[in-house]
Amino acid sequence: MSVDTRLPSILTAATPRRIVTFVVVVLIALLVLPAVLSTYWMKIMFEMAAYSLVTLGLGLLVGRTGMYSLCQIPMVAAGAWFALRVHYLFDGVPFPLILVMTAILTGLLGVVIGLPALRLSGLYLALVTLMAAGAITLLLTVVKFPNSNKGFWGFDKRVPSGQNVLPRPSLAESDIAFYRYTVVIVAIGFLIAAWHIKGKPGRAWGAIRQSEVTATAAGVNNTLYKLWAFALSAAVTGVAGAILVAGAGVTTQQFPVEQSILLLAVVLLGGVYNLWGALVAAFFMRVLPQILDKKLGLPPEVLTMLFGLGVMQVLLMQPKGVVEDLRNLGIFIGTKLGLVGRNERKALAAAEGGAA
Amino acid sequence: MIEISSLTVRFGGVVPIDDMTVTMDVGVNGLIGPNGAGKTTFFNVLSGFVRPVHGTVTAFGDDLLTMPAFRRVRWGLRRTFQTEQAVAEMTVFENVLLVLEQSGATNSTRRNDVIDAVEFVGLGSLISNPVGSLGAAERRLVEVARAVVGSPRLVLLDEPAAGLPDDETAALGEVIRQIPERTGALTILVDHDMELVGATCSHAAVLDFGHVIAHGPTSEVLNSPNVMAAYLGTADVEVEA
Repeated sequence: MSVDTRLPSILTAATPRRIVTFVVVVLIALLVLPAVLSTYWMKIMFEMAAYSLVTLGLGLLVGRTGMYSLCQIPMVAAGAWFALRVHYLFDGVPFPLILVMTAILTGLLGVVIGLPALRLSGLYLALVTLMAAGAITLLLTVVKFPNSNKGFWGFDKRVPSGQNVLPRPSLAESDIAFYRYTVVIVAIGFLIAAWHIKGKPGRAWGAIRQSEVTATAAGVNNTLYKLWAFALSAAVTGVAGAILVAGAGVTTQQFPVEQSILLLAVVLLGGVYNLWGALVAAFFMRVLPQILDKKLGLPPEVLTMLFGLGVMQVLLMQPKGVVEDLRNLGIFIGTKLGLVGRNERKALAAAEGGAA
Repeated sequence: MIEISSLTVRFGGVVPIDDMTVTMDVGVNGLIGPNGAGKTTFFNVLSGFVRPVHGTVTAFGDDLLTMPAFRRVRWGLRRTFQTEQAVAEMTVFENVLLVLEQSGATNSTRRNDVIDAVEFVGLGSLISNPVGSLGAAERRLVEVARAVVGSPRLVLLDEPAAGLPDDETAALGEVIRQIPERTGALTILVDHDMELVGATCSHAAVLDFGHVIAHGPTSEVLNSPNVMAAYLGTADVEVEA
C-alpha cells in the first residue's frame, strides 16, 4: 500500500472516485431530474434538496461530535425568519448575501443553543435542546413569524402572520432555476462540511466523540469545538430555512417542534458517519412520505412505524445507516461490472465511509 | 525539572494524595506503588483533571496548576491513559497530528514532526492505517507517538505496558527509554512491571496511600525494605518527612 503522508484535508480526501461520485450526483440533480420529473415531483425534489442541509447539520452534530439536538426544525424556522428580516432591513440586498447573513445569525443562535452541551450530554442534552426549540417557536409566534413588516423585528400586531415569501435571486426566478440554484448551494454546503470533517475541527470532534477527557489531554479546547459544531450545524440549517422561504414561502405552522424527533430518526436511519447519509435522510424526510401517500395511498402513520423499524434496524444491524448498505451495494455492482477491482473492493470495504 | 510541594488531593473523606513532596529531573522517572496509592490521581492533577486542595507543582519554572487543562498540551505536557485513547476511526497519522496541531505547531513542520514521531515508535509502515485495525501493542505505540510528537516537556505514561506480553513490553521499554534523549522531556512512567521500571527508569519514587515512601535511584528504591513492605504488606511503613 502506498503511504500518503500529506496533511489530511479535504484535498487528500478527494480521491478520483469521490470526485466522480460527487460530480455525477450534482449533474443528475441539475440536469436529469428536471428533464424527467413532473412539476409536482420537482417541487418535492426542491424540498429534499433544501432539507438535505437540515439533515446535514444534524448529522454533523450527531455523527462527528456525538451530541444530540432536538432543536433543528425550529432552527429552520429561525433561518427563514432571519432571512426575511435581513431582506426587510436592507432593501435590495443580494440573495447570496442574505444567505451568508442568515448563516451567521443562525450560527450565533446555534452557539446559544449549544451552551448546555458544555455541561450536558446524551438524553439530557437532547431534552434541553427540545425545551430551547419550544422557546424559539414561542418567540417566533410572538413576533408573528413570518411577519412581513419593515425593520429587523417586523412586528406589527395588526398584520397576521400568514405566509411570507422571500424574493428569489434574479438569475433564478423560475421554479426550476431556483431548484438548480438550491442544488448548487447544497453542494457548497456539503463541501464546507467535508472541509471541516477532514481538517483540524474534524479531528478535534473525533476526539471529543471518543471521550472529552481524552480530547482535553490531546489539547482540544472542548468548549470551542463543541460550540463550533453547534454553530456550523445551525448555520447550514438556517440556510435551508432561507432557501425554503424563497422557494415556496413559509407559514406559521410549517415547523412544529415535534418534527425534530422525526428528523433525528431519519438522520440516524440515513447514516451519520457519511455525508451522503444526509441525502438519504432528506429522501426519507421529504420524498418517501409523498411516494407512500401519492403512489401507494398509505396513511402517514405507516411512515412513522416504518421509521421506527428502520431506526431499530440501524441500531441493531447497521450503525452506519442505510447509506452504508447503499455503499456496499454500489461496491458489489461495481465489482460485477468490472469497475472495482478485487483488491480495491477489499480496501473500500475496510475503509471508513468518509466524507463526500 | 518538576517540583511537587505539599500536594494534597481530597475526594470527600478520601485523601488519595496526602502532602506529597518530590522533585524529579529530566530523564525517565518511575512512579510505582500498590493499587490505590494515588499514582493516576497524581497524573490527573498534572493533567488538570483534578484540582488539589493544597500544594504547588512547578515544572521547568512554570506553575502548572494555574493553566487550563487543554492549555497544558500547548505548554508541553503529554499524557497516555491506562486504556487506549487514540481515535479508532482515524489513521495513525491523523491521531498523532491531532495532538500536534492542538499544541500550536506551525503548518510547515507538522507533516515532518508527525512522521518523525511515528517512525520513532516504529510504526512508519502503518502510518496510513486506521488505529482500529492495529494490534494491542501497536495501539500502545500510537499512544506513545502522540505523547512524543512536537516539543513535549513533560511526558506522563500511565501503565503503557499493561496486558502486553514480555517481548512487546521490552520493545516498548526501549522506546520509552529513548524519549528523554529524543525530546529532552521529563518522562514519568507509572507501571506495575518492575522489570520494565528497572530497565527504563534512572530514578523512581514510590507512593503508598498518597505518601512518597521512597525516592532515589531505581535500583536502590526497588530494594528498599520500606518499598517491599508496602507491596507485600509485611511490616509497618515509615513515611518520609
